[in-house]
Amino acid sequence: MTWLTNIGKYYILLARIFKKPEKWSIYREQFFLEVDKIGIGSLGLVSIISVFMGAVICIQSAFGFESPWIPLYAVGVSTRDIIILEFSPTVVCLILAGKVGSNIAGELGTMRVTEQIDALEIMGINSSGYLIMPKIIAAICIFPFLIIISMFLGIFGGYAAGVAVHAVTSYEYIYGVTYDFNTYYITYALVKSVVFAFIITSVSAFYGYYTEGGALEVGMSSTKAVVYSSILVLLANVLITQLLLS
Amino acid sequence: MIEVKNIFKSFVHKDVLKDISIVFEQGKINLIIGESGSGKTVLTKLMVGLLPPTSGHVYYNGVDFVALAFAEKKEIRKQIGMLFQGSALFDSMTVAQNVRFPLDMFSEMSEEEKKERVEFCLKRVNLINANNLFPAEISGGMKKRVGIARAIAMNPKYLFCDEPNSGLDPRTSIVIDNLIKEITQEFNITTVVITHDMNSVIEIGDNITFIYKGQNWWQGNKQEILKTNNKELNDFVYASDFMKKIKHSFSN
Repeated sequence: MTWLTNIGKYYILLARIFKKPEKWSIYREQFFLEVDKIGIGSLGLVSIISVFMGAVICIQSAFGFESPWIPLYAVGVSTRDIIILEFSPTVVCLILAGKVGSNIAGELGTMRVTEQIDALEIMGINSSGYLIMPKIIAAICIFPFLIIISMFLGIFGGYAAGVAVHAVTSYEYIYGVTYDFNTYYITYALVKSVVFAFIITSVSAFYGYYTEGGALEVGMSSTKAVVYSSILVLLANVLITQLLLS
Repeated sequence: MIEVKNIFKSFVHKDVLKDISIVFEQGKINLIIGESGSGKTVLTKLMVGLLPPTSGHVYYNGVDFVALAFAEKKEIRKQIGMLFQGSALFDSMTVAQNVRFPLDMFSEMSEEEKKERVEFCLKRVNLINANNLFPAEISGGMKKRVGIARAIAMNPKYLFCDEPNSGLDPRTSIVIDNLIKEITQEFNITTVVITHDMNSVIEIGDNITFIYKGQNWWQGNKQEILKTNNKELNDFVYASDFMKKIKHSFSN
């Protein structure tokens, strides 16, 4: 029954998070700090992963399409579609669940066990709102930008690798990337990134906020945050795909 | 004044507090002493609203805190300052930002006024030239002083101190004790201190409550505690040879 209790506690926490802030200016300041921490802080990781994964997707596609019946520009088409539909919004978000999720759970867990959250409560501050709301809103705002950057870099990585290893020509790759492009795919990817941002930040915050004990439990909360937010991201991925693409 | 009336608190399989009733007087230092696990910290957490009691009441100047709604509790909490055992300073903020934080959150002061108030509070706890240091860069004693400065920043009516001397050397402990005493008298606030430190009991204990096995076992002042015949209290107070010698010299 623990899982049922946790679901109840999660919704109660969400209700507390979205209560009216004590002072908007302080929350705004926190929001920009979180945008910097979650967004700018993840840019390097997202960029490196996207370029290399784009390169691998392109080379693998070229390897698989070695048939005279399949035009070479199909490498560009498949690289584009894989990156836009699945790699950037889902795989990158799963990687962000590891980085951002463990960071949030660790930070809140440490604040809990060192009584910093109690200190906020005693001051009369809604600690869950002050600590978690800016993180959730910052992630919802910044994840779509990270995903768009990941898409560009992934497609660029595919281009660079494909041309470098002569798997595809520059012209054919670019032709493939622009061929029969459906802009709805971008909408679909961005909707996923917003939903995943909410899941990753709120679930990780939940595990961090309700940490009890000491350093060991903080570590366990971080692990739980990553595991459960990743599972929920995968579940949500199936649901959103069925809703938006079927 | 804070009044705790018929407080009971039970966790899943354990009664932690049993019918506790205490009056904490204004302008005085009210000490809560007792063995580890006797329920002192739970009682304090109940009083500040971090835990709900199983039954009973906590009155702040006659207002039943337990019966208040969340928003109304917040208004009373703004009048409470608390010094935590581990100081509970915000790691991501400097010393000055820690003290300034409640002012930023709740006061309508101008930038200049906030700056002056922070300076005043830090000066009051004898912390100079530490404004831009982070909690990780200062000593335990300094952290306690920053904790006190943050607790008094909003001019609280009630000050709670959870083991203010834990982890401090004897000299720094005396400094912190004296600071709590001065602040209590200067601002005429109701101060509640949880402590294990018998030196603090003798130095600053205006009213002393001894909690034993979750019950209000004994109440008195610092003169009475040295003369009492209460066995459990004596076992606690005179656990060390040093305190036994004090008692011996006191009775002589």
